[in-house]
Amino acid sequence: MRAFFGEELVKLGEEVHELVVLTGDVAKSTGVGAFARAYPGRFYNIGISEQDITGIASGLALSGKVPVVALFAPFVMRAWEQIRSTIARGNLNVKLVGTHAGLSAADEGSSHQPLEDVAIMRVLPNMNVIVPGDRREIAEATEEMVKVKGPVYMRLGRDEDLSFLEGEDVFTLGKAVMIRDGHELAVFSNGAMTPEVLKAAEMAGVSARIVHVPTVKPLDREAIVSAAKAAGRVVCAEEHSVIGGLGGAVAELLSSEYPVPVRRIGVQDAFGESGPGRELLRKHGLVAECIGEVLAEVAGGKKKCS
Amino acid sequence: MLEARDSQYMTEVHMLKEKIKSIRKSILEMTAYAEPGLHIGASLSCVDIIATLYFLKMRHSPYRPDWLDRDRFVLSKGHAAPALYAVLAEAGYFPKEELKTVKELNSRLQGHPDMRTPGVEAPSGSLGQGISIGIGMALAARQRGSQSRVYVLVGDGECDEGQIWESLMTATHLKLNNLVLIVDRNGWQLDGRTEDIKNKVPLRGKLISFGWETYTVDGHDVEKILDVLDMCELADAPAAIVANTRKGKGVQFMEDSNTGHKMRLSNEQYLDALKQLEEGS
Repeated sequence: MRAFFGEELVKLGEEVHELVVLTGDVAKSTGVGAFARAYPGRFYNIGISEQDITGIASGLALSGKVPVVALFAPFVMRAWEQIRSTIARGNLNVKLVGTHAGLSAADEGSSHQPLEDVAIMRVLPNMNVIVPGDRREIAEATEEMVKVKGPVYMRLGRDEDLSFLEGEDVFTLGKAVMIRDGHELAVFSNGAMTPEVLKAAEMAGVSARIVHVPTVKPLDREAIVSAAKAAGRVVCAEEHSVIGGLGGAVAELLSSEYPVPVRRIGVQDAFGESGPGRELLRKHGLVAECIGEVLAEVAGGKKKCS
Repeated sequence: MLEARDSQYMTEVHMLKEKIKSIRKSILEMTAYAEPGLHIGASLSCVDIIATLYFLKMRHSPYRPDWLDRDRFVLSKGHAAPALYAVLAEAGYFPKEELKTVKELNSRLQGHPDMRTPGVEAPSGSLGQGISIGIGMALAARQRGSQSRVYVLVGDGECDEGQIWESLMTATHLKLNNLVLIVDRNGWQLDGRTEDIKNKVPLRGKLISFGWETYTVDGHDVEKILDVLDMCELADAPAAIVANTRKGKGVQFMEDSNTGHKMRLSNEQYLDALKQLEEGS
């Protein structure tokens, strides 16, 4: 996934002359190494100093540049106050990209597993928050992030080559995509969770309207409310805390627009831990089998596995 | 020829001093006017520096505030906003009359700088971020091949922040000789004397060890400030000026103390301060 982001940045470098990329000693790991080689004069490795980096990006944006900051998502959070007080408050044209989000740095343990980043970015006025998962979607989201005016946080998680979206133009900022229609329940998910949800619905044999929501902010209110109305029951699934992420955003919206029970699948107010990736996800109920159980339960069906 | 230039310099410095008097008066007025009080002490310690930059050093114009090649000033110690606002008004970025609206609801003049105020280059108020922002601006100028220079003013208390030291390392690593840092060394922070809260000495020694070309100057002597600012233009590295100042400079009852950290001037205090300003010139 990081590779698609990195490749797209290189392409954009040619077209968007004001584009500059900054990182903090994680150039290779975040996928911006290719940009550094292609445009050495527009690339800055600032070292392990996230607060300084976000400030520098702010200054570049104030001088008309389009800075993309690539860091590990857990350590983007270290500069949250700088992001709040300078970038969001100034509505500055800074693009923040957090890689290794969710439980994706499985072996590293909870220090490297951010489950709060969507919540703390979403709460900021002016901030756009996107969580793409499909390979083409990541490339298109990267392009749109660079071209749209204003601050954006893009969350990249598991480094898998996922392809689950069809057709041309798979990403539009602020738009959710219905991937499958169904009438028993509506499921909203993003990032790498969406393919799990697709599998889960099949395994559970439920008729689910599956809506991929790569933009958590601004939320596609119409798509979410209409799906909730059509299905009546709602499930959200994300590789994030159940507090404040996509599930929180959907619940907030529906509580005023169309109050229905919302079941939030995610990490239940806990930190992660070290372990093999799939097993760690399973422990938190974030693999297709476990999600399928929840879908079946919400749809009113019987449990098929514990 | 030289004589003409000498006399022009003298005239410029004289005019600057007159302007500073008017700016100091504006700060006093604002502080008498604003009900919640203002950070007058910290404003009076750095106002001579900011005014010298805006009136005799920086290339900028209120008629074209978005000119790409302008020099930029970042007030990292955002609580000295009254000083910046008074200078910007004097320079013509907005009407001086508007200064009275500071901190009022819907005013363009916020308690701490933000982007709604004409002439303000960066949001601040949360300490420790200005040098980083200045680095970004200096990099952008270098990329464009612009002659634009960037000036950042930090407080000495502000140097407690870790980000300051991150950014001090970055600026020298990137050899940003178009960046000038000025430390308003007034010796006070919110809870007391800077050296009692967290020792900064040797501040200049620290800056030197980080690779900055450093100067020390009396931060209330505009001719000396001008001299070191001239020197900074010849630097091969980022340049730092430790400006020794007095908090509440020019108003006896608050000078070199925390009395005026944040306050509203009573009518008597205002008249007294105004009198001292007139006499001090």
